[in-house]
Amino acid sequence: MTKLFTSAEAHLKARHRSEWRFRWLGRLAILFSLGFLAIMLVSITLLGKGALSRAEIALTVDLTEASTLEDVNAKKTLRNALFATFPEVTSRGEKRALLKLLSPDSGYELARQIEANPALLGQSPTLWFTASDDIDQYTKGAVDITQPENRRQLKDTTLGWVQALESRGALRSVFNTAFFTSGDSREPELAGIFSALVGSILSLTVCFALSFPLGIMAALYLEEFSKKSRWSDFIEVNINNLAAVPSIVFGLLGMAVFLNTFGLPRSSPLVGGMVLALMTLPTIIIASRAALRSVPPSIREAALGMGATGVQTTFHHVLPLALPGMLTGAIVGMARALGETAPLIMIGMVAFIVDVPNGFTDAATSLPVQIFLWADSPERGFLEKTSAAILVLLGLLIVMNLVAIVLRKKFERRF
Amino acid sequence: MAQSEITLTGRKRPLEKLIKLALFLASVLAIFVTIGIVLSMAFETWQFFQRVSVTEFLFGLEWSPQTAIRADQVGSSGSFGAVPLITGTLLISAIAMAVAAPTGLISAIYLSEYASARVRGWAKPLLEMLAGIPSVVYGFFAALVVAPFIRMTGGQLGLEVASESALAAGLVMGVMIVPLISSLSDDVLNAVPNALREASLGMGATRAETIKKVIVPAAIPGIAGSFLLAASAAIGETMIVVMAAGLAANLTANPLEAVTTVTAQIVALLTGDQEFDSAKTLSAFALGLLLFATTLMLNMIAMRIVNKYREQYD
Amino acid sequence: MSKDPIITARDVNVFYGDKQALNGISLDVPRHKVTSLIGPSGCGKSTFLRSINRMNDLVDICRVEGDIKIEGKNIYDKDVDVVALRAHVGMVFQKPNPFPKSIFENVIYGPKIHGLIKSKSDAEEIVEKSLRRAGLWKEVADRLQEPGTSLSGGQQQRLCIARAIAVQPSIILMDEPASALDPIATAVIEELIDELRAKYTIIIVTHSMQQAARVSQRTAFFHMGDLVEAGPTKELFTTPKDERTQNYISGRIG
Repeated sequence: MTKLFTSAEAHLKARHRSEWRFRWLGRLAILFSLGFLAIMLVSITLLGKGALSRAEIALTVDLTEASTLEDVNAKKTLRNALFATFPEVTSRGEKRALLKLLSPDSGYELARQIEANPALLGQSPTLWFTASDDIDQYTKGAVDITQPENRRQLKDTTLGWVQALESRGALRSVFNTAFFTSGDSREPELAGIFSALVGSILSLTVCFALSFPLGIMAALYLEEFSKKSRWSDFIEVNINNLAAVPSIVFGLLGMAVFLNTFGLPRSSPLVGGMVLALMTLPTIIIASRAALRSVPPSIREAALGMGATGVQTTFHHVLPLALPGMLTGAIVGMARALGETAPLIMIGMVAFIVDVPNGFTDAATSLPVQIFLWADSPERGFLEKTSAAILVLLGLLIVMNLVAIVLRKKFERRF
Repeated sequence: MAQSEITLTGRKRPLEKLIKLALFLASVLAIFVTIGIVLSMAFETWQFFQRVSVTEFLFGLEWSPQTAIRADQVGSSGSFGAVPLITGTLLISAIAMAVAAPTGLISAIYLSEYASARVRGWAKPLLEMLAGIPSVVYGFFAALVVAPFIRMTGGQLGLEVASESALAAGLVMGVMIVPLISSLSDDVLNAVPNALREASLGMGATRAETIKKVIVPAAIPGIAGSFLLAASAAIGETMIVVMAAGLAANLTANPLEAVTTVTAQIVALLTGDQEFDSAKTLSAFALGLLLFATTLMLNMIAMRIVNKYREQYD
Repeated sequence: MSKDPIITARDVNVFYGDKQALNGISLDVPRHKVTSLIGPSGCGKSTFLRSINRMNDLVDICRVEGDIKIEGKNIYDKDVDVVALRAHVGMVFQKPNPFPKSIFENVIYGPKIHGLIKSKSDAEEIVEKSLRRAGLWKEVADRLQEPGTSLSGGQQQRLCIARAIAVQPSIILMDEPASALDPIATAVIEELIDELRAKYTIIIVTHSMQQAARVSQRTAFFHMGDLVEAGPTKELFTTPKDERTQNYISGRIG
């Protein structure tokens, strides 16, 4: 009698074990996905944090002979400054290697510094210049100097110079503003996301300007004016299907119709935005319809009961109440569009873009496409740039989604 | 004061008519987009089939679309047999589904049947985050971390793994589509009436027994629908395969070898400059049409199944 | 032994979060009798019923204090296994809830999970016996493979009863088992309950006093979480001791 209702029986024990296993299987399944997410985010963060800093080398440049900026031969001045810093270097080969300490664009850096401070002319000031990618990677500890010389990019002689600079305090690490303010570059230490970011913003502007009004209009028609018919069913099925069409198909459509039939400018944010708008439209329509459905019929009845027309009822009473919900849906749709890559590649937004696009028809790229391009580059320096660009992209997506959540909470109405 | 006249006849409201027309046109746009997709691709595809026969495209075993610059070069015609692309797509999608189907379904079961409201509150949004991360990020991670890891592990086991193995791309894609399955299956499981749960638990079934023998069987149509939608997403996924699967058109079922997919080839065929009506360029549209038709079919079936299922418990 | 009550509840308090749903219920349930729990809706009769096979465990915020002993064993003891408990205390619900499976599978489900089946003939035997006891055998004998949901409401509820008794419980809890049925189906179920009494102890929650009077030997009247009065059905209905019982059976409350 004491054994009543207890799990003494072997059969019961087995069943409970199986229950326990099943529960753990569930936990493991979730942990697997979230673990993957965590590993991915952590490794990208670790890789990307290097992009925030940049190595600089201090050189004493001789500007005593120059009285205007035009007098300065930046390249030559820098070369002389380097040779002066390392007088022991004499052979041609070593001299060439020595020049590679600096980033190829350091001549412009010198010119910019003189422009900003003309008092430097006639002096021999000590100025800071961006170091080349190899040096940059070395200061970040990304170069394994225990490896034999022939297995690494950074050779022993260069390494000796760098260590000499380091011991003299002529090597420093600064915050890499250029990453956020400049465009793409062949040199990883100079490459930035700004032009890609502007490209993304321009494309999203076009996308929003097209898809938001059109999406709301379509939703209003389907929810408020259409009668349930075979026709409205057909439209509905169509919209649901479009929402699940692979994005690359929209890219093909854009290429065939916008580029080849209408002759719109290739690689432009205009076409990119149009393609993204077609993709986003179903999402916005679906979200807007849900927002309209959440407006209680009593409000429509009240307005109609006072003799308002259907259009008046909709635009004066229903639409204002549904608008926050629609906007939330639109932001979520925009966030998805911001991360889209494949359709933009199709319409040629994969170009190497150094300059910031000035308008909707300029050639441009977008943030995810820039990530794709950098991910393909062999230089180690681009690895951290890619990761950092991913972090910026994810940061933007998180902000957009948070805005959507806040908006939803703020305007959530209990009717 | 004289009583105002009451008229019950209609006033003409041209503006309202115009507004309604505009709204109607906006909703019809969706149909135009579909028609646009079909027509634009059908047109290019038809041109493509002027050059390459349908049978070669659908049943040909060799894919090498390089058309020669001069007409007298060897292999100037290229070969356009899409079979290796189709099998490559299916292989990677199958790997992705092998990861996503059990993980997604079991996650959904845990979240809907076991997890407390608190756990559900943070685990569900985190899982859904997986779907919000752009696929270019997955592609980067697959190529940079997962593929080398698999190659290394395989090497230690004495297996030869290609650096752009189907396994790496499929695995990462699988994780990406987990939330597609888990969130839809979660809805579906929640729609199973509580009475069935109580009936089973009330006669002394454990939760696991209740789930395996009553709840999941009752939810099978909805779960199948979620699997189909996820499969369709896997087939249409582009960036992961472009970045991690490569372009080698191998006809193989070995997940450790490199394969290419329909989407990766479309990207490869259309990036860079080329004349618009070469067979090479046109073949991308034939592939696009194939992709569109396949995913459309899968989606339609999935949505029909899910809707039927919803009606059953409404 | 058989004169002892099969269930003895002492000072049972049930809480949903901060809200107390039952206040110190003490009740003896006699063996092989039908005991009905009556009272206005929200009085706690269903809550009490669900604490007897611990279905309340499924509600996260639910807490039970006090003793409920079945055959002398407190079912809220730490070592009690709810799975084993529910095999002894079966339950039939308000709305018929057959599984979306065949009639045969519905009945065999419980015995299968509890490991009572060794062979195919075992299964067939249990199904036939259970369906016969539930008075459904004649109606479904030739269509056991059809889905349980294809039956009429009354048949579905008898299928649920067959499903419950297939596990060979000693107690069957019924939560308003006929409230979703038409009068004819209700009569069939009531008749069945009376027959089942020979083998099982039955506790039935009902909102119908007539039903309580027809099917039960003992009745307990609940009101706002209190057990107001319990006793032989006839006595309770003819000479209620408490004023609240009086008011309820004369239709003044509830």
